[in-house]
Amino acid sequence: MKTQEYSVIGTRPIRHDGADKVTGRALYGADFQMAGLLHGYILRSPHAHARIRRIDTSKAAAFPGVRAVMTADDFPQAPDRLVDLGEGDTPLSYARGNVLAKGKVLYKGHAFAAVAATSVHIAEEAAGLIEVDYEVLPCALTAPEAMQEGAPILHEDLKTKEFGEQTGRVSNVAEHFRHVMGDIEAGFAQADVIVEREFNTATVHQGYIEPHNATALWNNDGRILVWCSTQGAFVVRDVTACLLDVPVSRVRVTPMEIGGGFGGKIPVYLEPVAALLSKKTGKPVKIVMSRKDVFEATGPTPGSYIKVKIGARKDGRITAAQAYLAYEAGAYPGAMVAPGAMCVFAAYDIPNVVIDGFDVVVNKPSTAAYRAPGATNAAFATETVVDEIAEKLGMDPLDFRLKNAAKEGTRRADGPKYRRIGCVEVIEAMKKHPHYSAPLGGPNRGRGVAVGFWFNVGLPSSCTISVNADGTVNLVEGSTDIGGTRTSIAMQAAEVLGIPAEDVRPTVVDTDSVGFTAVTGGSRTTFATGWAAYEAAQDIVRQLKERAAKLWETDAASVTMERGIFRAGDKSITFQELAAKLDQTGGPVVGRGAVNPRGVGGSFSGNIVDVEVDPETGKVTILRFTAVQDAGKAIHPSYVEGQMQGGSVQGIGWALNEEYWMNGSGTMMNSSLLDYRMPTALDLPMIDTVIVEVPNPGHPFGVRGVGEANIIPPPAAIANAIYHAAGVRMNRLPMNPPAIMEAIWSQRD
Amino acid sequence: MKWFDYATPASVGEAVGLLTAHPNARLLAGGTDLLVQLRAGRKETDLVVDLKRIPELNAIEYDPGRGLSIGAAVPCYRIYRDQTVARAYPALVELASLIGGTQIQGRASLGGNLCNAAPSADSAPLLIALGATCRVAGALGTREIAVEDFCTGPSRTVLQAGELLVSLHLPPPPAHSGARYLRFIPRNEMDIAVAGAGVEVVLDDGKFRSARIALAAVAPTPLFVREAGEALAGQPVNEASIARAAEIARASAKPITDMRGTAEYRRHLCGVLTRRAIEAAVERAREGKR
Amino acid sequence: MHNKVRVRTTINSEPQEFLCEPRQSLLECLRDIFGLTGTKEGCNDGNCGACTVMMDDRVVTSCLVLGVEAEGCQITTIEGIARGSELHPLQRAFLQNAALQCGICTPGFIVAAKALLDREPNPSEEQIRLWLANNLCRCTGYDKIIRAVEQAAQEVRA
Repeated sequence: MKTQEYSVIGTRPIRHDGADKVTGRALYGADFQMAGLLHGYILRSPHAHARIRRIDTSKAAAFPGVRAVMTADDFPQAPDRLVDLGEGDTPLSYARGNVLAKGKVLYKGHAFAAVAATSVHIAEEAAGLIEVDYEVLPCALTAPEAMQEGAPILHEDLKTKEFGEQTGRVSNVAEHFRHVMGDIEAGFAQADVIVEREFNTATVHQGYIEPHNATALWNNDGRILVWCSTQGAFVVRDVTACLLDVPVSRVRVTPMEIGGGFGGKIPVYLEPVAALLSKKTGKPVKIVMSRKDVFEATGPTPGSYIKVKIGARKDGRITAAQAYLAYEAGAYPGAMVAPGAMCVFAAYDIPNVVIDGFDVVVNKPSTAAYRAPGATNAAFATETVVDEIAEKLGMDPLDFRLKNAAKEGTRRADGPKYRRIGCVEVIEAMKKHPHYSAPLGGPNRGRGVAVGFWFNVGLPSSCTISVNADGTVNLVEGSTDIGGTRTSIAMQAAEVLGIPAEDVRPTVVDTDSVGFTAVTGGSRTTFATGWAAYEAAQDIVRQLKERAAKLWETDAASVTMERGIFRAGDKSITFQELAAKLDQTGGPVVGRGAVNPRGVGGSFSGNIVDVEVDPETGKVTILRFTAVQDAGKAIHPSYVEGQMQGGSVQGIGWALNEEYWMNGSGTMMNSSLLDYRMPTALDLPMIDTVIVEVPNPGHPFGVRGVGEANIIPPPAAIANAIYHAAGVRMNRLPMNPPAIMEAIWSQRD
Repeated sequence: MKWFDYATPASVGEAVGLLTAHPNARLLAGGTDLLVQLRAGRKETDLVVDLKRIPELNAIEYDPGRGLSIGAAVPCYRIYRDQTVARAYPALVELASLIGGTQIQGRASLGGNLCNAAPSADSAPLLIALGATCRVAGALGTREIAVEDFCTGPSRTVLQAGELLVSLHLPPPPAHSGARYLRFIPRNEMDIAVAGAGVEVVLDDGKFRSARIALAAVAPTPLFVREAGEALAGQPVNEASIARAAEIARASAKPITDMRGTAEYRRHLCGVLTRRAIEAAVERAREGKR
Repeated sequence: MHNKVRVRTTINSEPQEFLCEPRQSLLECLRDIFGLTGTKEGCNDGNCGACTVMMDDRVVTSCLVLGVEAEGCQITTIEGIARGSELHPLQRAFLQNAALQCGICTPGFIVAAKALLDREPNPSEEQIRLWLANNLCRCTGYDKIIRAVEQAAQEVRA
């Protein structure tokens, strides 16, 4: 299809689930009700690191209204093996240990026991009666701390993997890897300017408004039925089955509406516990986390220590770049350092590169993905160093970036060579945006820019479409809809079928009712499930051509279809007319699409931001913000803008105020939405968006996922703006008022 | 949350009786602190006494001669919707509209804010600056206490067993006076003060006749900095006199380091906020807007 | 023995009577007793606004109200905003402006915004942002929410 000829793609229909979501009718996980429902409560560790010597649940079990109490001992003890948790493999023992700890608790908030009772208040009160004897251990809370000789060891069985080889060395460093390209020393030798800086970034949380929840019923036929809010129903199915040691077909997961995820609702926390409590009680059990639980016990994104060194010639060409990335995995290995390493220099064409990555366990909650996981930390370092070099060379920061921008054929240090990408186009769009040349309009103001890259993922998706006699279709898919993807998927089917988006009725169904579909994550849903819908719609078109051929007694190969009208010779029939004749032409028509696409196209994003810094308090006000992103092809531009605006504001929160404020013994002191300080409406200007469209050659409509790249540049762009406003180069996140004030003071000294 | 019973006394006497009979009882006005603390297990109770059916605790009365009386359970939104109060005490209206956000202001009361006795309570510095007093009732009758003497430590007040705060009294605004409360928060709403400064100034022909200054979040209780105000009395209104008062306020602060800010940063903010609040109060006094 | 309390109130213009434990929040009562699950729990301490309802003439976070306090009050939830089968202008504007992504915060925003427009049919952008600062949204960056409220205000005025 030619891009300019779309009739549905690029329009802005009302989302299909809209009415339910503005009237309160849409049912989210915690809204699920069932007769006889019991309420579960999870008991969590008050210590960041401790051995559990003894648990006595007898008083809790005897409390009126309590129906069951459980600990990790109630899990079947299947032998350890690797299990797929949705975005990577992990040992079963770690997955199980994070759901309910056995023997040792590894972070404050680590779950280790659970109660089911007739009300949530009773369950909570009873959990308070569980007696635990702890041996409190010293804790390691940051990557540099945990990497030190003699640091408290979290896992006695964790041995460092170095450059792909097992070393046999027990330490908190799960893995050290290295990417090398060219000759780094020769590269720095060619440089006229070299800047090397160190950075520290705090742990931050995805901050979705809906707490995690799960309801499970261990049915009398042995099937385990689960209703929950998740980014991936099949991940919940597979992990639950794995932890309960039953075949996946024994578990059915119904994804309810989900109140935000951003990567944080991929891991499984509650479902296996609810299922076991249900098995013990014979009743459905619902567990809903408190906000404090969400902060203390679900995956934040890693805090990090980063060193970046970049060298460039006087003519503005970068000759060499080196990065050292140490990311906190939290309690179990799997810090997002690999994607951080992929993205750290991904926007640039650099001949000589070395990147060292360290995956380090610490006594904090096990980290999870958060929107372009790992990349924001890395870009904060790279993009502020790039800004400093441009300044030293006397070059415009966008010109400097353009001169070094990655393009088709550029090889990244981690291996892949880019196909057609939009890095140059994004930077050019920034340069010509009126914002870039507008006057700042006052003192203590500064403008900053930064860019970011996210590679996006493919992964399997399934979809079926059935044709209704009235000319509409029902579309069944398995991707949790977090931000309007029912509609962006339906629109791709509508485009193929030549019918309005409103005539496609998309439904997200349970794991019994659709083929395997991977998580809503990695910016893949509109790309991959959209592609599955495209395939299913093409299947419908093929079948309907046969039906038309039958009606006209001609050969199916001679039937064409364009914009919903089938033609052969002088005969024509509309999609709607043909749909009404299914019975007489052979019966129902059902199309199917099942894909595992490889043609993923990465997305580039760039920001221009103006700030004002109060020189007496260090407070930063965002005055103007422009987000530019390559969408490949924007299916529903409003929701593309929405992703860009939402990602930008999460990046702004990360930049300015959000952090896990830990005390020395590993307790997060600000585990509420009051003190965690996510941006409110009053903290922001409108977020201007520019959608760049450099079609992805690997997708039928040119789609690039747009969910993630937008969160990457904001902290660096804001840091650069702060520098131009207040004269201080910030090297830590968050850049909160006291931090900026300290930087201003130390510059004066 | 553990079980508790619930009572709705209709008079101050009935409330005092309940408090006397149930030493563990907790008073409920807006509930924006109490319910959070009960849920988090920071407080326990077997009886919650709802004060919203007691007329004296829910009235706003203004008399140009006697001043303003605000019932201890009056939610913030009623204060800022009251046109009379807005004209006479604009700084108070600002205060009522910066505690929490819209929904919190639908419930939270100045009296509750004071009784919760957080060092960071936004209401205290301005009430102190305005010379407000607390009317307290108990089994032995009622007593008046200056707001600066009300809090005795974090979560502690002068209230004795069986006593409750009935209302707050503000004297009539003096002629040529102006007041302002400024706080510093990292966001623009929905935050606990890192530091705050409440100021009232009375001007007299280009000079300060008198001033009262108090600080939030930099000591175990709201901090009345009497000397800072006294340093302004009789001085000309200029940068130097204001800077001197701000420096006294800064030096008086005894902050701690916590998740909301370092001690050094908070002390610094006290100087900045006091200066800015004095300047804003002066401007108000000059405009005749208070 | 603990006794539940009988509460008489009005919810979405219907007189209602229910029994609840004093420790149950209004949010719990609305959701668990009446099945009005459009009112969401996001934090249970008044900071996210997802549980916003109208209580007489003001908006409150229903997590910070006890169910027993609803005695004699008029409560309006998201389920009471549409006029029969016709969406309220705010609801339409949220859809037309794509002012929601995951939608969990949407009920709270719409109830709070309606209270604003009932009082101030011509709010400035700053007034809207200030009024809605007690409602957190993590998906949209607020841009489209503010525009939706502005559009609805226009419609309400017309």
